[in-house]
Amino acid sequence: MNAIIVSAVFGVLMMFASFLVNNKNVYRYLAIIGLSVLLLANILETYAIWSIKFDSFLQLSFERFGLFFNSIAIAATLFYVLLSGKDIVRVGNYSAEYFVLIFFILCGVSLITSYNSLLMLFLGIEIISIPLYILTGSDKKNLKSNEAALKYFLMGAFSTGLMLMGIALSYGAVGNFGLEGRGVVAFGGSMRVSFLEVAGLLLLFISMSFKASAAPFHFWTPDVYEGAPSVFTSFMATIVKATVFIGMIKLLEARTGIFGPTWQIILPLMIVLTLAIGNITAVFQQSVKRMLAYSSIAQAGFMLFALWSANDMGREGILLYSVAYTLATVGIFAVLVKMKDYTFDGFNGLAAKQPLVAASVAVFVLSLAGIPLTAGFFAKYFMLASAIKSGAGVWLLVVAVVFAAVSVYYYFRLIQAMYFKEGEAEMFEQPTNSFKGMLAIFAVLLIVLGIAPSLLFNYLYF
Amino acid sequence: MPIQYYIFLALALFSIGIIGVLTRRNAIIVFMCIELMLNSVNLLLVAFSKMHHAEALTAVADTTIGIDAQLFVFFIMVVAAAEVAVGLAIIVMMFRNTHSVDVHFLNRLKN
Repeated sequence: MNAIIVSAVFGVLMMFASFLVNNKNVYRYLAIIGLSVLLLANILETYAIWSIKFDSFLQLSFERFGLFFNSIAIAATLFYVLLSGKDIVRVGNYSAEYFVLIFFILCGVSLITSYNSLLMLFLGIEIISIPLYILTGSDKKNLKSNEAALKYFLMGAFSTGLMLMGIALSYGAVGNFGLEGRGVVAFGGSMRVSFLEVAGLLLLFISMSFKASAAPFHFWTPDVYEGAPSVFTSFMATIVKATVFIGMIKLLEARTGIFGPTWQIILPLMIVLTLAIGNITAVFQQSVKRMLAYSSIAQAGFMLFALWSANDMGREGILLYSVAYTLATVGIFAVLVKMKDYTFDGFNGLAAKQPLVAASVAVFVLSLAGIPLTAGFFAKYFMLASAIKSGAGVWLLVVAVVFAAVSVYYYFRLIQAMYFKEGEAEMFEQPTNSFKGMLAIFAVLLIVLGIAPSLLFNYLYF
Repeated sequence: MPIQYYIFLALALFSIGIIGVLTRRNAIIVFMCIELMLNSVNLLLVAFSKMHHAEALTAVADTTIGIDAQLFVFFIMVVAAAEVAVGLAIIVMMFRNTHSVDVHFLNRLKN
């Protein structure tokens, strides 16, 4: 419960800081301190050293997996603020409020990783979504940002409606909001799964696929990710998306088997569709930002494998996947924010001007493509291996590998532009040494995890 | 009244909301349709709460089963209010820049 309370408290503290202090750098340092304390508090709870305890009346349950994912999300946010904090401050006039909203999002993240009742799931999703609508529209004078915010808001509120209907139908069938959902069974009182519950959970699943941008509910993603200020796109494409997958895994594990044999058709279909739409459309993009938006859909396709397999290896895989994907995407976006031209051509000749930055971006891109010796490779490997363990058809894996090969094409265009093309890659400002250092740390982390992924899992179990 | 009536009423309201979201062009009306969806859920939850409560009463004389759905309704209201605050702000921001609240006007991000 530490993460929930401490993040909310720091959110409020930052709000006070916004009118008591009038120095943008102070906001950034406060946010970094806050995130460090939050990380520490969460780790202390993970190892049962110190934690704030309230009786949550079975609304929340804290277990190792969720707490560990909290640590990942908070650490990733800390790295994100360290890397692009200066760009966050620069988006608009209300610098402190952006950090406030990020803290509140982290509160929602820790609710989703620990919910034990559908009420908390709903609140968690909303606490994540509402600040995100604001962050998307934070570049107020920019029409693209406005449009993205409105689109995201309408789509998000619509999917909230679907989620609530799902929860209501499930409640009607089961008689409580518990995650396990096996209390009173209405409609005859037998223990059979009722039609209402299946319909309800299907709606719930659809609305969460909206948030996770899995096809066929992905259509808002490219527009919103492109229109939102780049710094915030990187946040919502990584940490938030991974969190939604954790929520989905918890839900499907608790009510396993509810969809019956049709599930074996629906989910693989969704996986294939997500992979196909994400990868094939990304090939045709000229803007790196839009390419990354489609690539985030494609990566969601791989994360869906963890839902399908629903075993321990899938759980480990989704953790590794979130780390690998988050580090790489946040890193690329941090560089992208500094570029003047967002197209592939804008990166031409970056290697000659900024060798270290270009090398780090190359590592990120290799990791996203899943090349061995980077974390992305093991992340994809764990996903596919866990699916095999649960008896996936070989055809599904072949499709996944083929699309991973397709993704190499558009990821490597970036490397090609940086290393093999002549050009003036123009940046708004010369990257500072600390920025370069952080990028290098990201790249080293990705390579270390690519050699020894078990380093991460050790913390999950010990 | 049997519970089916409430379910059908709620589903009808919900469907009207969905159809409105999908077909209307005015952002405010789309927003109102979303509110309609949320409120149909409130109605359904209260009806289910009453149903489960009545069922539990036949077994135990003094029971609180079914209360949780009514509590949920309050949470939905609070969240809907928060969403209205943010949503109307976004729509106003849009209107200031484009002098229109037509959602079909939103096509700058295509291509």
